[in-house]
Amino acid sequence: MNLAYSLATGGAEAAHSLPGSLAVQPRLSRWLRIAADGAVTLTPGKVELGQGILTALAQIAAEELDVALERIRLRPAATPDSPDEGVTSGSLSVQECGMALRQACAEARAIFLSVAAQRSGVPMEAIRVEDGAFFGPEGRLGSYGELAEQDLLETDATGQAAPKPPAAHRIVGRPVPRLDLMDKLTGAPRFLHDLRLPEMLHARVIRPPARRARLVALRDGALPPGARLVRDGSFLAVVAPSETAAEAAAARLASRAEWQAEDSLPEMAALPDWLAAAAAEESTVAERDAELPPAAHQVSARFFRPFLAHASVAPSCAVARWQEDALEVWTHSQGVYNLRADLALALRMPAERIAVRHAEGAGCYGHNGADDVALDAALAARACPGRPVRLRWSRAQELAWSPHSPATLVRVEASLDAAGRLRHWRSEITGNGHSSRPGRARSPTLLAAQDLEAPFPHPVAVNAPAKAGGGAQRNAEPGYAIPALHITLRRLTEMPLRSSALRGLGALINVWANESVMDELAERIGEDPLAFRLRHLEDARTAAVLREVAGLCGWPRGDKAEGVGRGLAAARYKGSGAWCAVAAEVEAAEVVRVRRLWIAADVGQVINPDGALNQLEGGAIQATSIALKEEVAFNRRTVTSDAWERYPVLRFSEVPKVEARLLSRPEEPPLGAGECSMGPTIAAIAAAIHDALGVRPRALPFTPDNLAAAMEP
Amino acid sequence: MTGARIGFILNGQPVQVEALPGMTLLEALRGPLGLSGPRFGCGEEACGACHVRIDGEAHPCCALPAEVAAGRAVQTVEGLGDAAHPHPLQRAFAAEQAGQCGYCLSGILMSAAALLEANPAPDEAAVRGALEPHLCRCGAQNRIVRAVLRAAQERAA
Repeated sequence: MNLAYSLATGGAEAAHSLPGSLAVQPRLSRWLRIAADGAVTLTPGKVELGQGILTALAQIAAEELDVALERIRLRPAATPDSPDEGVTSGSLSVQECGMALRQACAEARAIFLSVAAQRSGVPMEAIRVEDGAFFGPEGRLGSYGELAEQDLLETDATGQAAPKPPAAHRIVGRPVPRLDLMDKLTGAPRFLHDLRLPEMLHARVIRPPARRARLVALRDGALPPGARLVRDGSFLAVVAPSETAAEAAAARLASRAEWQAEDSLPEMAALPDWLAAAAAEESTVAERDAELPPAAHQVSARFFRPFLAHASVAPSCAVARWQEDALEVWTHSQGVYNLRADLALALRMPAERIAVRHAEGAGCYGHNGADDVALDAALAARACPGRPVRLRWSRAQELAWSPHSPATLVRVEASLDAAGRLRHWRSEITGNGHSSRPGRARSPTLLAAQDLEAPFPHPVAVNAPAKAGGGAQRNAEPGYAIPALHITLRRLTEMPLRSSALRGLGALINVWANESVMDELAERIGEDPLAFRLRHLEDARTAAVLREVAGLCGWPRGDKAEGVGRGLAAARYKGSGAWCAVAAEVEAAEVVRVRRLWIAADVGQVINPDGALNQLEGGAIQATSIALKEEVAFNRRTVTSDAWERYPVLRFSEVPKVEARLLSRPEEPPLGAGECSMGPTIAAIAAAIHDALGVRPRALPFTPDNLAAAMEP
Repeated sequence: MTGARIGFILNGQPVQVEALPGMTLLEALRGPLGLSGPRFGCGEEACGACHVRIDGEAHPCCALPAEVAAGRAVQTVEGLGDAAHPHPLQRAFAAEQAGQCGYCLSGILMSAAALLEANPAPDEAAVRGALEPHLCRCGAQNRIVRAVLRAAQERAA
């Protein structure tokens, strides 16, 4: 869903000897700069989303350069100077950006040392680096800072310098405090929402009461002093000197707007039937045939998940300023270049006249409203040339108008032979695509683009190719030894509700569906679910995380009390990412409560163990919220789950205890930890519910109503 | 647009602010008073991102008219401590690395500070109860609870 996406789709030319994004952007000065005082400034193209990536990148650079972590500065991504690393997503930032920086820093170190060697006559191998200073057998030979004037980094990476062996690491692999945390604990103005520019104005957007509604009339009336109306077709916004005035003006305008609205959404209660019947494009995800023994046991089941919301704690926000014909935008988007491309399309101007700068937003779990609000702000600011305009969505807009993670149906049929071995697996996935990201289509995907006087139709969401991690088909292929399988994807070609990427994408339902069927097959032959899995695993690293989590929770022992149950599940994220196994213990009374989760993960080499554990646990807690509570609600016209009371998420009293452990793999390539625990968590909770209640969940969320429906014959 | 001039104590210092008609206390704090710690999350008192302490009590301020603060003492996360002189809670949150994106933390810290003043030795259930009004979408709740318990223990020691 990011650089891997463009490489897999042939969107970039790669020099294959260079790791990660360095293959696309080999110039060393695009990645790091060293100042005369010895400070090292990194300029990654990946951005901080709350996941702690900046800290991990600083560790990698400090390690390779042999400088103290305190010398590292990080400059947020911005066009046109930062390397274009596509989108920060898909748990790929360590692979793509971290490995590029590792190599770039190793090359920088070698270049500086070769100059120091030439000048001093001391052979390079005899020079050691201590916190940026160079030492030979006779003493100090200089430092990075002292050579900073030489423009030594104005050269392309060659792939020649070798990064340090993991055994020599002193900063990578150790828990390091987050570089951004103290600012966030003391209220320092670090978020985009805190950006205050001189003469800044405040804007609000007024969204229609129905999807695809047109603004047909706007009754005249007074606005608060200083407030100004902005209209372009059906796009309606207001700009005012203060937030207070902007809120008041937006409320007045909303009451004066007349919209032409009609029903365009399916019946929510019949969503599974609508998915099954909607127009779709069918493709084969994986196919394998074999001579098969007869089937002795068969399981056939249908799984459903609703639309989900990102539900970030902060509504999306952007600041825009027009000067002459140039536009500056401050954004918490996941991809500054992708956003720039779509802004250029929607505003019908050359991309070169737009500068897009990243600033941190609240937790980002995928393609939320960050890109959309940037176009809203740009449209509002166009009415106030020279003045920066900050536009923040409301809570209702954030929950209702951000792209949603698409509702999906998965049907699975699987069978065992008489010896209890998996023989055949068939599955079919039906739903909208998981990407409406900007910067990839000929038409902009930004929300307001469809509302303009000269509108752009929204492209229907697509799925990344399977080799780039896929979208709806992510983790559709089970990681078990199965002689024959047929996996089909039915991507809808109509899109009543705009859908796009949310943490985990298709893995949320696919891992749950596959692992549920594995449990059901094990049950048919009376085998322990762990033993049944291990017997079908050729992949030693999946087996290892399963054994680890079984040890952590003391599988299969547990509280055998009435209404209490345990389950476990595992998957290798995307089939190419981190390995993760999760065990869950639930207590089922009027509602299901998840008491405990145990997580074992193999993310290859770990850069920051504490950061990785934080991500694994956070992913599992978000997945618990999705499993138990979350569902986007809508009527025939629009989304109605537009407040926290109508889109409840897990609260402090409901959060399970979590015990997480990382397997040690210092010699293996590092992999992202942000998403791998989610699918296995949902699957483990479903299995635990079956253990507690005897019912197999078939629809998310696992509410009393949905569980009662699953009990019916 | 003119509003009523109101005075109150903000983080120990007297302040005056012109409260525009309809201005919330959060808008006053983030606007004319220039603070960033109190954060907008929902405007409906439903997420806890904007919690401040008013005369010691933790309270959301996103829907509270600014006039309500008149004559009272308001504390925000900026009033707890700074990076050079962190409050025991801020130290404990750093020690536990309690947070991911951090947007929810300034509100949570205010509820935690109010809790520890009322109950210097809370158990885990009391901490979770006090933080129930707060949403953390990143899933850092367990670390946050450990941090509050740690701060309580360190203050007792």
